[in-house]
Amino acid sequence: MRQVVYRIITLPLLRLGFVFLLIFSNNLGAQDTAAEGDVAAGKALFNANCAACHRLNQKMTGPALANVEQRLYEEEGLDREWLNAWIRNSAALIEAGDSYAVKIWNEYNQTAMTAYPQLTDQDITNILAYTAAPPPAPVAKTDAAAQAVAGEPGISNQIILGALALLFALLAMALYLVKQTLNRFAEAKGIEVKVEEKRTPLWKAFAQNQFLVLVTSIFFLLASAYFVYGYFMQVGIDQGYEPVQPIHYSHRIHAGANAIECKYCHSSARVSKHSGIPSLNICMNCHKSINEVAGPESEYTNVTEEYSKEFYDGEIQKLYKAVGWDAAEQKYTGETQPVKWVRIHNLPDFAYFNHSQHVSVAGIECQTCHGPVEEMEIMYQHAPLTMGWCINCHRETNVNVKDNEYYTKIHEELSKKYGVDQLTAAQMGGLECGKCHY
Amino acid sequence: MSSNKKYWKSVEELNENSSIVETLKQNEFVQEIPTDEFLGDKDTLESSSTSRRDFLKYVGFSTAAATLAACEGPVIKSIPYVVQPNEIIPGVANYYATTMANGYDFASVLVKTREGRPIKIENNTLASTKGVANARVNASVLDLYDNMRVKGPMKAGKQISWDEFTSETSKKLSEISNSGKQIAILTQTFASPSTKQLVSEFAEKYPTANHVQYDAVSESAALDAYEQKYGSRGLANYDFSKAMTIVSFGADFLGDWQGGGFDSGYSQQRIPNNGKMSRHIQFEANMSITGANSDKRIPVKPSEQKLALAKLYSYVVGSSVPGSLSEGLEKAVRSAASEIKKAGSNAVVVTGLQDINAQKVVLEINEYLNSKVFDPKTTILTRQGKNETVAQLISDMNSGNVGAIIIAGANPMYSLPNAAEFAEGLKKTELSVSFTSKEDETSSLTEYIAATPHYLESWGDVEIKSGHYGLTQPTIRPLFDTKQFQDVVLLWAENTMSYSDYIKAHWNENVLSGSSFNDALHDGIFVSTTTNSEETASVESAPSGEAARALASSAKADGMELTLYTKIGMGDGQQANNPWLQEFPDPITRTSWDNYLTVSRADADALGLVNENVANGGLNGSYVNVTVNGVTIENVPVIIQPGQAKGTVGLSLGYGRTTGLKEQLQTGVNAYKLYQNFDTVQNVSISKASGMHEFACVQLHNTLMGRGDIIKETSLEIFNTKDKHYWNPIAEVSLNHIETPVTSPDVDLWEEFDRSIGHHFNLSIDLNACTGCGACVIACHAENNVPVVGKTEMRRSRDMHWLRIDRYYSSQESFESDNKKKDNISGLSSSLSEFGEMENPADNPEVAFQPVMCQHCNHAPCETVCPVAATAHGRQGQNHMAYNRCVGTRYCANNCPYKVRRFNWFLYNKNDEFDYHMNNDLGRMVINPDVTVRSRGVMEKCSMCIQKTQKTILDAKRDGRTVKDGEFQTACSAACGNGAMVFGDINDSTSKIAELKENDRMYHLLESVGTKPNVFYHTKVRNTTEA
Repeated sequence: MRQVVYRIITLPLLRLGFVFLLIFSNNLGAQDTAAEGDVAAGKALFNANCAACHRLNQKMTGPALANVEQRLYEEEGLDREWLNAWIRNSAALIEAGDSYAVKIWNEYNQTAMTAYPQLTDQDITNILAYTAAPPPAPVAKTDAAAQAVAGEPGISNQIILGALALLFALLAMALYLVKQTLNRFAEAKGIEVKVEEKRTPLWKAFAQNQFLVLVTSIFFLLASAYFVYGYFMQVGIDQGYEPVQPIHYSHRIHAGANAIECKYCHSSARVSKHSGIPSLNICMNCHKSINEVAGPESEYTNVTEEYSKEFYDGEIQKLYKAVGWDAAEQKYTGETQPVKWVRIHNLPDFAYFNHSQHVSVAGIECQTCHGPVEEMEIMYQHAPLTMGWCINCHRETNVNVKDNEYYTKIHEELSKKYGVDQLTAAQMGGLECGKCHY
Repeated sequence: MSSNKKYWKSVEELNENSSIVETLKQNEFVQEIPTDEFLGDKDTLESSSTSRRDFLKYVGFSTAAATLAACEGPVIKSIPYVVQPNEIIPGVANYYATTMANGYDFASVLVKTREGRPIKIENNTLASTKGVANARVNASVLDLYDNMRVKGPMKAGKQISWDEFTSETSKKLSEISNSGKQIAILTQTFASPSTKQLVSEFAEKYPTANHVQYDAVSESAALDAYEQKYGSRGLANYDFSKAMTIVSFGADFLGDWQGGGFDSGYSQQRIPNNGKMSRHIQFEANMSITGANSDKRIPVKPSEQKLALAKLYSYVVGSSVPGSLSEGLEKAVRSAASEIKKAGSNAVVVTGLQDINAQKVVLEINEYLNSKVFDPKTTILTRQGKNETVAQLISDMNSGNVGAIIIAGANPMYSLPNAAEFAEGLKKTELSVSFTSKEDETSSLTEYIAATPHYLESWGDVEIKSGHYGLTQPTIRPLFDTKQFQDVVLLWAENTMSYSDYIKAHWNENVLSGSSFNDALHDGIFVSTTTNSEETASVESAPSGEAARALASSAKADGMELTLYTKIGMGDGQQANNPWLQEFPDPITRTSWDNYLTVSRADADALGLVNENVANGGLNGSYVNVTVNGVTIENVPVIIQPGQAKGTVGLSLGYGRTTGLKEQLQTGVNAYKLYQNFDTVQNVSISKASGMHEFACVQLHNTLMGRGDIIKETSLEIFNTKDKHYWNPIAEVSLNHIETPVTSPDVDLWEEFDRSIGHHFNLSIDLNACTGCGACVIACHAENNVPVVGKTEMRRSRDMHWLRIDRYYSSQESFESDNKKKDNISGLSSSLSEFGEMENPADNPEVAFQPVMCQHCNHAPCETVCPVAATAHGRQGQNHMAYNRCVGTRYCANNCPYKVRRFNWFLYNKNDEFDYHMNNDLGRMVINPDVTVRSRGVMEKCSMCIQKTQKTILDAKRDGRTVKDGEFQTACSAACGNGAMVFGDINDSTSKIAELKENDRMYHLLESVGTKPNVFYHTKVRNTTEA
């Protein structure tokens, strides 16, 4: 609770003022009852306590709460007192047989609302003030201007280069003119300018020198062989493979901004050879309540120029469609459409790789092989996944023997044999063919 | 002595002048690349319209096209679950305990599933109920993915819905019941307590119902004998782990005798322990794997077996029986009798003769001996069929008394000798329903086909032995629109329960007595602690000898006798559409994809029948026509079987299926036609037919290049009295004129690797405990995605089995023993017969089985010759094979002294030329995702299940613990229930494998070559001491 309050205090003053301005200028109806409500504090409280089940403008586990007080007053004739009682202990109200309480309880599948006896009147006032407050207008974009500023040095560089080029051209022209003038002077003075004998052109001289020709052709042959070899060796290596997926899933938002642990979704990486593409029910653990991304006005927003809020919301809808989730009714329809992801990391069949060996036993970070996943908007193959790449790592990486009884004896004996403190995976036998090929 | 005997795999090898054997020894790959054939054919070359110029054009174009096509990678899609089941983690296997009960095989098993697909059958180690999974049970997982399965209920060949099916059939059933006609339910033996109750519920609703249980291969005689003696229908249980002297009259108890599953107990006593091991005497006609494992095998005609058994009874129990045996046999029976008497309650007598008197005699002898092995109180319930009721049903059908026939788990049109009569009867019924998972001979004649699920998709329960229960649970959702028999019966009985609920209710009420159903389901088995079996006291009084006398008088020798038997790889023929089983070489004849008439050498000579090996090592055999009682099977191929009793022939059941099988799996002849009166012994007449049959026989393939010293064996007496250097010598070479063992580093060409750190895997194979059953071969098939190559390729020696079980025949053929024998000859008669014997070692050879897989040599010859370093050694002792690196030079296979490397001559998956399970999406579901499916042109071989050892290591690493002994397993060692194969880490000094390596019997295959293998064997010890 406190933390949230502090965070609110650190909000940019400007935005605060802006929000206040809007509230006081526009919403007169709400002012009657929530005049003394602090919208900012209300928002904090709402996010901390209510947001798990309620949205302002959308049904979720509980009803939508925008203008709830006004709505209840107008439609049901219920006042603040009823609301206070409901919020602090809805179960008691239901038990007491309050007709609207029972009705709403039944309407939402008899899901009991958590009691909040700790909320003071002022807290509730603040929350209600927040629910009554109109949504803030989108914050004016300042990005474009900032970008323009940032772009200036680039342009000036070009100008400088252009100016220099011009200068050089002028200088060259001047030199030519000077030479011409000098020649004219010489002509006028009768001095004969020695005209040098024409030498054989350079290319002819080159062509006549057989040794040079040979060396050059060998060089070119070698160079072209190098490039051809390089080209052929990259055939089948899909480093940087970044296919378009059926649902645009952003690792940047999930693993980066929201800092979700990789193995929360890819849980089988701990125990299995496969990291596993998460099944859709894992997505729904969170996406049951997260049905949209924060808009650009939010401090938590992740939307970018390229991918708008509408775009991301559309992708979440694709998930709902695939898993068969009816967001309006908050239930599964049972009609599923499994997602056909495009597999990015493809090892050939004859190579055995086990995630759990690397993730659980060796304790290697996922990023070591998969790159900065938390920055990837679209997942791509970071590593070449070639055998050379595997082996290099095995040669350089020490075996993680800490607190692992399995390694105690073998590590002690082998490190003595090799005369090292720490064995690499290669010394442990990690280069043997049969460890990966069977 | 260990190696004074000559071992041979085929009679052909005994022929000194056989050029073929010599050729095969010299040639690594028997098939030459036919360049001469092609280039030598001038006409073809000249008439070819493709000029050299064209050829180069094509090559150039196709290379360019291939290069271009290779530049673009395919887009691979990945589809995760929408809602992932809690218990499934992609990449991690789940195991479920279940029970297989198909009427022939009953086994408690553990099913390995990956991503919800069953991919392998393993032994349920909790279940000591009945043996372990045999080859057929191991292969049963492939039947699940058979694309010839019935996909839904059918009526007259057309798909219908289950609603239509149940409403139509229920209506008809009530009509028939009301009209008073019989409703016959002809089923396999379910041995299921809940099904029994269910059928009685059905009978309450339809009072005319008549449940007939039918076993395709009948044990009726034994069941009748037991019933008469003990009052309940079942079979006596035998615990061979307590047997010190075993005398068997034609009982293939290591095979399928009385339901099988006795081999693990048997093997326990075959390993010499404190100088003792069991002694096993086998009287039999065909060479069975039981006879092959015996210490003393006497080839006897079935009719003589009867008399011999009766005589044995009289010598042991003491009551005279009429008749007399031939001199040699009389001696053998007397000595067997004296051995039995000496062993007393440690002895046991068993018989496989389908004769109620023979079975009674055995029960009486065992009871008289008070045999510890013999356990009549624990009744085996997995065979229930009664010949008379089946015969009665057929006559009822033909007289028109049967209104409806419901067939479940049985295929009488295939397995009845009088199938034609059954077909006639079937026409007279108003309603006929066949519950089957595959269209078979019977279902093609019935009006309705009710598609049933495979056992891995069904619920069920079994009482295998009285008080020992097993549960069957689904391990995958039904692949097709199927309903199991019991669920339909519930619908017919208008019971709204599902069968799974029904089982649960039944168990809670009758079986569990308070224990948890979920625990029983988890374990797959439940052993009742309450002895509900009332004391099965002998109903009949003390042995009277009547049965023995009746037996003796029924023994009439009359011409050629045929013994029908089942192969361990095919059983009763239910699984005929299983390519793994078809390709499985029979342990004795080493022939796959066929059944055949086994004939003794003498009879073959008399009839002019031949076996010959052709240039590529393939075996050809004559055809004969076999006639029993007017029924003739034409063109039965012949295999000359060493050890076959003279005057007898053998033919296996289970082949010759024609309906519901892919064409290339329709192999062999249907011997059920000769199975008259459900008697496995028939009088037969044989006439030679024209033509030669081409077998897919691997017995001459992959020979060890004429190197001896492969099998080491000794007798118990020598083993007990002599030093191990006498009977298990290590080959020696001369170093500075001093004989030095080849194992010494001084004479080694190679630097020794230090393998003392980390794991060092070894596999131990005990030749005494190995019965040659072949469960390991199929387990290896399933674990390692070994392809099926088909009959023609098998014949060309291109089988892909990573693990083969070599079968060696041997006879006292060394000069030393011959001299001894010659010296001992006395008198004319003896000299005539014994010289005759010495001339023909193939009459009654001793047999040894030896599983051979890659020996994972520490100094591997294959590794040094690979030009691309595709095969390399790992520190853990495994010889690695990197398929992606292999370019297919086959140098490694040439240089391998053990001939264990297999070359992929073709692409065996997604190739219409090899239309087996790997050629359809359904069949490919059985593939183990942890093992690469090999492509054309690469070498492959046993990896010592590196995927399994790596998994064990990783599990230990993840848990942060050391690996416990017994955790490391290969597919073969896990499948071996006989304790013949033990796998482990020899650097763990406390492990069982480390102990076994120090055993005196330990030896390495071809030690003299100096390859230092990581697979070692234990010298075979035969208990030749006549007690």
